[in-house]
Amino acid sequence: MGIVKSEDLTFEYIIRDDDDNVENVKTAVDHVSLDIEAGQFIAILGHNGSGKSTFAKHINALLTPTEGTIWVDGIDTKDGDRLWDIRQTAGMVFQNPDNQIIGTIVEEDVGFGPENLGVPTPEIWERVDASLEAVGMTEYRHHSPNKLSGGQKQRVAIAGILAMKPKCIVLDEPTAMLDPNGRKEVIATITKLNKEENVTVILITHYMDEVIGADKVFVMDEGKVVLEGMPKEVFSKVELLNTLRLDVPQTTELAYRLEKAGVPIRRGILTIDELTTELKKLRAGL
Amino acid sequence: MLRDITIGQYYPSDSVIHRLDPRVKLFWTLIYIISLFLGQNIFIYGIAGVFLLMCIRISKVPVKFILRGLKAVIMLLMFSVIFNIFLTDGEVIFRIWKIKVTREGVVIAVAMAVRLIFLIMGSSLMTLTTTPNDLTDGLEKSLGFLKIIHVPVHEIAMMMSIALRFIPILIEETDKIMKAQQARGADFETGGIIKKAKAMVPLLVPLFISAIRRAYDLATAMEAKCYKGGAGRTKMKPLKYKRRDALAYLVIFAYLFIMIMVKVYVVA
Repeated sequence: MGIVKSEDLTFEYIIRDDDDNVENVKTAVDHVSLDIEAGQFIAILGHNGSGKSTFAKHINALLTPTEGTIWVDGIDTKDGDRLWDIRQTAGMVFQNPDNQIIGTIVEEDVGFGPENLGVPTPEIWERVDASLEAVGMTEYRHHSPNKLSGGQKQRVAIAGILAMKPKCIVLDEPTAMLDPNGRKEVIATITKLNKEENVTVILITHYMDEVIGADKVFVMDEGKVVLEGMPKEVFSKVELLNTLRLDVPQTTELAYRLEKAGVPIRRGILTIDELTTELKKLRAGL
Repeated sequence: MLRDITIGQYYPSDSVIHRLDPRVKLFWTLIYIISLFLGQNIFIYGIAGVFLLMCIRISKVPVKFILRGLKAVIMLLMFSVIFNIFLTDGEVIFRIWKIKVTREGVVIAVAMAVRLIFLIMGSSLMTLTTTPNDLTDGLEKSLGFLKIIHVPVHEIAMMMSIALRFIPILIEETDKIMKAQQARGADFETGGIIKKAKAMVPLLVPLFISAIRRAYDLATAMEAKCYKGGAGRTKMKPLKYKRRDALAYLVIFAYLFIMIMVKVYVVA
């Protein structure tokens, strides 16, 4: 069993009218079964309303499944007694950087998680120092979070999670409210954490460019996992992705159009480097 | 324009008073206020005034910052002075038609004004030398005994610090909404008080909605970070008494002792 494993996970939002009668039931997550290996960089893709965020909240036990089961590091999230173990194992970073920072000073915010866990004071300081270092925010430790850019705030939020020493970090659209520079910062930070600290990363996003470096990609639509595999495999299915209202990375799109126009180019090209080598090879072959 | 508002009037400096434990400063404020009510006597006010000036000196806070705090209560001060001067019975100094000024009235008015001014200067000195964070920490720790009667002290302190964190964010948001409404023709500047108050409605409704949404997000984020209230929580920056704090306590008690002695032997 991997670090996160779900079996037939289903979650229904019940919409009630003013008299508390059930008006409508919306299935946000529909029989999702997946298994995530420890240490991997996982991306979950989907357009708005595909159920990806609802699924993410299950990993942190913020929501419990209506049907089916999800295990985090072998713990069933329905087990109320181990709720805090689950939340410590799987930390969560949210979309809005302002609404998840609690401290009035950067280092105090990073210390908030360990304080909650009852970590002794000297160790809190060690953890805060290490976490700020890992996200490259040490020089801002005495600043007020209000003075930071969006990308920096998100890195502080990531440091706050890191200080709880999780095995797995779930990021729920962490870049949706950031400018392109901030997005790059955040993605670079989590990629580094995954490679160097060996933390499992589960990135929920709808930006295709961010998932190129992932070990595995899941594509969700209407609450179901419709596609899974290596980024290469997933992005070679351009038509299917388009019907799911998802864009492919620009390079992949270009390669796809070239192929359609009759250029014998291979599928699943993701980066600019790959495309240039491929095109050079073609030219040499001509 | 809203960006200029500063909340919490902390004056950064590196004085001994700044570095004191917030609990000491809270205690100081309490004792000082009590001491002002020991009696209306020139000696009592004199000692209180000298002590206050000494503290201000040590704190290195410019006096004009402390006087600024008085602006807010100037009206209240005027009211109490005027009423006391004209409405107290006693030995008449002079009278114009039905309005008379009495000796007792003047004494009470002056005493009252001095007391109020010292009171405000004393408590401003505390807020000027203590960061809002230290203040909430200090309150949490010194009011800890209230937990016995189930007052959620930790939770109240947490709410205070979250409020402090969100004030600048909400101010920025108000600014944004104001501009958005102005762009659609809303008018916040002209008209009387009632018209201006009415103009605030389209500002407040979106502000409240967004504040509630933020509160919900923040609560989720706190839960995700294993926040479960005060029990079992450790502190990153625990309050610890140092030698200077013990000394400060000594000074405070000495002050209180002197004041009581003055009250017992000089005044009575």
